[in-house]
Amino acid sequence: MFDVIAQGDGPLFMDPDPDKAREFFRTKKRALANKLMTVREAVEKFVHDGEYLAIGGFGANRIPTAVCHEIVRQRKKNMAFAGHTSTHDFQILAAGEVFDRCDIAYIIGLEARGLSPNARRYMESGKVTSCEWTNYSMALRLKAAAMGVSFVPGRNIMGTDTFKHSAVKVVQCPFTGKKMALYPALWPDVAAIHVHEADVYGNCRIRGISIADLELARAAKHLIITCERLVHNEEIRSDPTQTVIPYFLVDAVCEVPFGSYPGNMPYEYFSDEDHLKKWLQVEADPEEFKKFLEEQIYNTKDFNEYLELNGGIERINQLRAQEHLIELD
Amino acid sequence: MAEYNTMELMIVAASRELEDGATVGVGTGAPCAAAMLAQKTKAPNLVIMFEAGGISPQLPTMPISVGDSRTYYKAVMASGMCEIMESCQRGLVDYTFLGGAQIDMYGNLNSTVIGDWAKPKVRFPGSGGANDFASFCWKIMVITPQDARRFVERVSFITTPGYLTGGNAREEAGLPANTGPHRVITNMAIMGYDPDSKRMRVESIHHGYTFEQVQENCGFELLKAPEVVETPPPSDEELEILRTEVDPHRYIIGR
Repeated sequence: MFDVIAQGDGPLFMDPDPDKAREFFRTKKRALANKLMTVREAVEKFVHDGEYLAIGGFGANRIPTAVCHEIVRQRKKNMAFAGHTSTHDFQILAAGEVFDRCDIAYIIGLEARGLSPNARRYMESGKVTSCEWTNYSMALRLKAAAMGVSFVPGRNIMGTDTFKHSAVKVVQCPFTGKKMALYPALWPDVAAIHVHEADVYGNCRIRGISIADLELARAAKHLIITCERLVHNEEIRSDPTQTVIPYFLVDAVCEVPFGSYPGNMPYEYFSDEDHLKKWLQVEADPEEFKKFLEEQIYNTKDFNEYLELNGGIERINQLRAQEHLIELD
Repeated sequence: MAEYNTMELMIVAASRELEDGATVGVGTGAPCAAAMLAQKTKAPNLVIMFEAGGISPQLPTMPISVGDSRTYYKAVMASGMCEIMESCQRGLVDYTFLGGAQIDMYGNLNSTVIGDWAKPKVRFPGSGGANDFASFCWKIMVITPQDARRFVERVSFITTPGYLTGGNAREEAGLPANTGPHRVITNMAIMGYDPDSKRMRVESIHHGYTFEQVQENCGFELLKAPEVVETPPPSDEELEILRTEVDPHRYIIGR
């Protein structure tokens, strides 16, 4: 048994017991079945009040926007959220007040674009219980879960206030005597990841950086995939080296073209900076923001309607040109 | 001599701190601009790494996000967060270049809260990848404007480790040996750290500024390096590249 030298006093929202996770995965269906459904059906089926949610991508890059919107539209509540590399996804979920517990690594901000006034108000309101981490810490927690073990060590975080408000335990390494920070495994109840291509069974291809999505896909108990386009299973089998998520990790496959909008989708379209700026501006006034949310999320029936509302294919074509560094005028 | 604003001055001064062939993990905004300027001037073989997975891109334009597609444009690899941070943890990354909300005399950074953590007056994003980069990379560099509200004696919350309480505290806490804060680049000066006490000290003062001005805009007593020199002003070439190639839309230098 390790002696714990120091530990953070933050709450642990999920049980890191690997045998409990194994009992769950023992019952997870392995059949090569068609999992195609709408985003609405996927959220109804796999996202439940009170559960722990994680979102793939990097804030406004390759994010499953349609799933985030639908969670808000279906007014899911009291969830716990992995606030890991989150920016616009966090902004959407905070707007819906979807979660009341949050593991924080990066929240509220939209990087160089500034801070979300509404997300900030929500986090300062006292409605959310939180625990501090770092981006790599959260990736390590998912990695431990993906490995099927209860923790993995890291050499970051120690000595800081981030550590004091985390649920990390520092121990002495039995081989070297050096201090190591131990990260408890995190098995989210449900995760959503947006990918370039998937077949109806859930075999997925991603182009560009993977961020922490390969770990997340393996850690999540339920996984919703949205994809830019469906491909035939024969296409997947013609080049299996491209598969980064195998089908048996996946519970739902939803075809959502331009599904990372207003975020960037590598090699497809760039982020819509005007639309993201509009969110930040309109959030300054809570009443205006309420109207904006009604118009953009609650009164749209699905992602296509939202996309149409914001310029549709014409806008996407401009963002495509931007992604490929093509000057249009 | 060419005219330039404070942001341009900081970015140029920061870019000179990166030598050719070095590896650097960079954050959003000014640090990214500095790395990009270095790549286009004196350090063409600078290996820029982004926490989301981009390794050694040839940046075509300024990234808006450390995970957008520019961060692996003509890169050698589009990897993931563990690949990047584990390269740092193994000791392969020389520098990290970070921005800071608040910095103290030991180089600790706060980007989490102002006020009580449990009931924050102002909540900020938190660590992101900053704590990770600053725990693992050999030398930490920070770019931030010289302002007494930003340079405080002790940060109210240590999000990202500097030398913690000074002396040997960093290593005693368990962080990798021989790592730590190296430079702070502001619009007035370049600071380093005293090798024993690990307190911040002025190494070089930008053309047109005095030590007194730097001290007035700092919330704690600054030490002086044995020899304080003058930072040469930005050259016409550096400014030209910064304005036309690094940040033509003035996302950063227009702030």
